[in-house]
Amino acid sequence: MDDISQALPLVTRQRHRLDARRLRIAAAPLVAACSCATLLVAAALALLWVPSDADQGFSQRIFYLHVPIALTSYACFGAAAWKAFRLLATGDERRDLESYTAVHIGVIFGLLTLVTGSIWARISWGIWWSWSEDQLVLFLVIFLFYCAYFMLRFAVEPGTRRSRLSAVYALFGAVLVPVSFLAIRLAPRYIHPVVFTMSGPQMARSMLLVFCLSLAGLLGLAGSLYRTELGGRRIDRRLRELRSGS
Amino acid sequence: MTTSEKYVTAAYLVFLGIVLVYVVIYSTKIARLERELAELGKAEGSPEHE
Repeated sequence: MDDISQALPLVTRQRHRLDARRLRIAAAPLVAACSCATLLVAAALALLWVPSDADQGFSQRIFYLHVPIALTSYACFGAAAWKAFRLLATGDERRDLESYTAVHIGVIFGLLTLVTGSIWARISWGIWWSWSEDQLVLFLVIFLFYCAYFMLRFAVEPGTRRSRLSAVYALFGAVLVPVSFLAIRLAPRYIHPVVFTMSGPQMARSMLLVFCLSLAGLLGLAGSLYRTELGGRRIDRRLRELRSGS
Repeated sequence: MTTSEKYVTAAYLVFLGIVLVYVVIYSTKIARLERELAELGKAEGSPEHE
């Protein structure tokens, strides 16, 4: 009788987890569609509605794309570190694939940050890249750090050792994200603009609204890409296991 | 169209392009997985496996 009463909460918890998973799977296409629609609206508002910046003029409109993309890549790296931490804490090997997928999406958004940032630099500063800018160089360091993650991962045979090494590496990478954030604020001189200061966002409400819309759309898009890629990777791994077993 | 407008449009198009390339690459991969799953399903149903 005691065994049954102990097992009941476990069964209920498992059922709740299953329900939550089913809901996530059912809601995935809706989230993806909403994200794309939000992004389209944000892009239209950014290009046609928002007033031009007094200092930078029309070119400032890249801000609504560049900064949310950078924040999304940080969010992906943060998620990868969280999954890595859970792998190391619980030994749950499923987290390895989740952490790997989050890093992959983060690197894609990191590449987009560098490309859109370079285009913005070309308009505003007349150069594609500046090595004297801490923010730029630190972001490049983060990007290359996570690119090296793949080299490490594919240099080690699949198994527990690889998942542990990858998890530790992903956790270390998360330390670089706040460093990148702080560096620009602590740097004595810079030409890279800082919009979010200690006294809040330095922009008009309409600009903040479009920025938030763009960020929401990009986070939703990253989440949808993550779900799709993770699902594909899980099927791929299962197929390999079935093939090697047969 | 001014130079600024050209660059801003280019930035938005680059974003769209990279996301589209990703989607195309991943669609190809999903199609391959579906094909492999179907092959595996057929192999499971074949007389050799019975």
